Amino acid sequence: MTGVNKGIIILGAASAIAEAAARIWAAQGARFVLVARDPRRLDVIASDLKTRGAVEVAAVALDCSKLNADVELDAMVKKLGGLDIMLLAYGTLGEQKRLEADPDAVRELIQTDFASAVAWCLAASAVLERQRSGALLVIGSVAGDRGRRSNFIYGACKGGLARLVEGIAHKLAPIGARAVIVKPGFIKTPMTAAFEKRGLLWAKPEAVARVIVKAAERGGPVVYAPAFWRWIMLLIRHLPTFIFNKLDI
Amino acid sequence: MSPTPFISRNDVLSWGRVHRQLQEVAAPRFCDELPALLDGSASTSCLAIGLRRSYGDSCLNSGGAVINMGGLDRLIAFDETTGMLRAESGASLSQILAFAVPRGWFLPTTPGSRFVTLGGAIANDVHGKNHHQAGSFGCHVSCFGLLRSDGSSHVVTKDNQPRLFAATIGGIGLTGVIEWAEIQLQRIGSAYLDVEIIPYVGLDEFWTIAEESVGKFEHTVSWIDCSSRGANFGRGIFSRANWREDEVFTPHDDQAWKNVPFDAPAFLLNRFSVAAFNELYFRASKAKTGIARQHYAPFFYPLDAFLNWNRLYGRRGMFQYQCVIPADEARVAITSLLDGIARSGQASFLSVLKTFGERASPGLLSFPRPGVTLAIDFPNRGVDTLNLLSRLDVIVSEAGGALYPAKDGRLSPEMFRRSFPRWREFLEHKDPIMNSDFWRRVAE
Ligand SMILES: Cc1cc2nc3c(=O)[nH]c(=O)nc-3n(C[C@H](O)[C@H](O)[C@H](O)COP(=O)(O)OP(=O)(O)OC[C@H]3O[C@@H](n4cnc5c(N)ncnc54)[C@H](O)[C@@H]3O)c2cc1C
Ligand SMILES: NC(=O)c1ccc[n+]([C@@H]2O[C@H](COP(=O)([O-])OP(=O)(O)OC[C@H]3O[C@@H](n4cnc5c(N)ncnc54)[C@H](OP(=O)(O)O)[C@@H]3O)[C@@H](O)[C@H]2O)c1
Repeated sequence: MTGVNKGIIILGAASAIAEAAARIWAAQGARFVLVARDPRRLDVIASDLKTRGAVEVAAVALDCSKLNADVELDAMVKKLGGLDIMLLAYGTLGEQKRLEADPDAVRELIQTDFASAVAWCLAASAVLERQRSGALLVIGSVAGDRGRRSNFIYGACKGGLARLVEGIAHKLAPIGARAVIVKPGFIKTPMTAAFEKRGLLWAKPEAVARVIVKAAERGGPVVYAPAFWRWIMLLIRHLPTFIFNKLDI
Repeated sequence: MSPTPFISRNDVLSWGRVHRQLQEVAAPRFCDELPALLDGSASTSCLAIGLRRSYGDSCLNSGGAVINMGGLDRLIAFDETTGMLRAESGASLSQILAFAVPRGWFLPTTPGSRFVTLGGAIANDVHGKNHHQAGSFGCHVSCFGLLRSDGSSHVVTKDNQPRLFAATIGGIGLTGVIEWAEIQLQRIGSAYLDVEIIPYVGLDEFWTIAEESVGKFEHTVSWIDCSSRGANFGRGIFSRANWREDEVFTPHDDQAWKNVPFDAPAFLLNRFSVAAFNELYFRASKAKTGIARQHYAPFFYPLDAFLNWNRLYGRRGMFQYQCVIPADEARVAITSLLDGIARSGQASFLSVLKTFGERASPGLLSFPRPGVTLAIDFPNRGVDTLNLLSRLDVIVSEAGGALYPAKDGRLSPEMFRRSFPRWREFLEHKDPIMNSDFWRRVAE
């Protein structure tokens, strides 16, 4: 631990959910390395976080899904003088219909949502193991809990990430470092802009952010956001197939 | 980055919930998305909107595009020594207070809801309980960024582009998209106020208390019972307050909401339930007569404790009617307005009476001006309600008064032009593709 001013790396810092979490940490005086693709957007986010109380904000413009992007991690950790929290937030939903017809698009999705994330997670895990402290937080999805016709390729990536993060948590547990997979439900962000958002199930990114910030401090390796999704997914996972198959979800 | 989409929706309503139409809605998160959105709506029309706390149709653009600015809510810079705050226009007053209060700063003035965006506060040049000292919100705006549909982007101050500045403050979104703004915050010595509650009966008493309070109290407002006649005619509760100096800077908590999740049945609000509520409210407040310490949230934002309280008016929604009457005409005109409303039996319980100060509002279409302002909620009962409001228009216009676009969903073009004599001057600055239901009704 680096004391009160936590050192935090955020991959996909332009995500609505990640930004909401960063604001809470900023108010606590955190120090950030923010990673996202668009340098102008990084700048706007950085000045917001600084205004809110972040002690230091370094911006790294990078495509997180690029091969070997993870080799950058050590430099980032060095910049912070240690790693308290890494939040992996980037991801893309893809269009199920298009993906089913386009193997290149699938490869690209897997590279972004799974393969590159695995590399970052392993790199972070090594840092945490060395330090014997810190937390890796990865945004998965309830879509990873049971394959559904509406988004099972994305779901497979998120499900895979969940297994990976559980394993890292298991490995780090004896030495005091932590890893957590955060599984949001339906959240109002640009990723879901095209969906109807009328139901009571839809939450704001701030709700997920509160779960993330808490999970960075304590708790088990799997959290749902908002928390009620744990019970919904328990039900969905255990629905008998003959009922499940009739649901258009 | 894929372009931000417009989605067709018919559930984007204003606070009054009367108008329901299809609109193309976009919700950007970054200012760099705005030019493409303006381009994309060039063939129809476009309007930047905030948290839709406007009651009528000034934040709606039926059949056209709206850009929901709520995702552009970042702070850009804050100077702890001067209190100058620069933020993106979608930042809500609630977010600004959560940031500023613990640092010992407050908004220069605030409307009766904190769920209003910075852009919306500027575009309606909103007013608060301290108008008699602080003037309108626009008096505290030092500059803003304005994006026009021709692709040009302006940093506007009172000095460098005085006309565009005056057109945009109170410009109900029609001069372009306000991307960010810089405002001067006010230093406070506490998050608490000393609030004095004084019941009054009759307008004469109101005028007396109002006059003696102006110099001594930073905040004044009164609730008035619009349903009673006879001995209780013009009874109300005057409230006046000053900031404390006890250095307690606890901000409000937006998590502590109570929600009204469903539309209430229409019969809930009738003249009997309203009369009963008013009686109860008057008695309860009378019991609280005197001075008490109160946090700024219940003082400035009593209704914000109930998220979506507007749903109590049921599916047909409601109208609010807010007028301002010049001081010389006010006594007579307010009396006839109250009389007309009480006779109709249509008013609900939310009615506010307040005096405005002399400080000039900076906008060409600003509503606040010296005089007295009265705001009343009416459940929407169709033609009956509209006829009543037209009768009130006559009184207001004969007294040389004006109506508030932020609250309006029905005023006539004539009434609009009489309320805002500088509207012609405003036309020169209107952005050709920005438009709203309100504007089409009053100006086209
Ligand atoms: C309970 C309650 C109490 C209220 N009390 C008061 C009060 O005391 N005093 C008062 O003055 N008002 C009051 N109001 C009205 C409210 O303050 C105004 O309607 C305000 O403008 C709403 O802001 P908004 O963010 O919801 O904007 P909206 O209602 O969504 O939009 C209002 C106008 O601003 C424009 N606009 C919004 N954002 C931008 C932007 N970024 N660029 C350009 N144009 C933009 C829109 O086009 C529209 O014309 C109250 C409203 C409620 C619900
Ligand atoms: N919203 C939901 O309902 C929901 C539900 C469950 C899980 N999630 C997960 O939550 C996470 C955050 O998403 P969000 O909801 O906050 O949506 P979002 O605002 O659209 O965020 C997604 C972010 O990922 C970034 N990104 C995508 N590919 C990238 C790459 N190769 N390199 C760097 N950044 C990349 C995007 O950056 P650009 O701007 O550069 O494209 C964008 O900022 C995602 O992992 C998502 O799968 C969301």
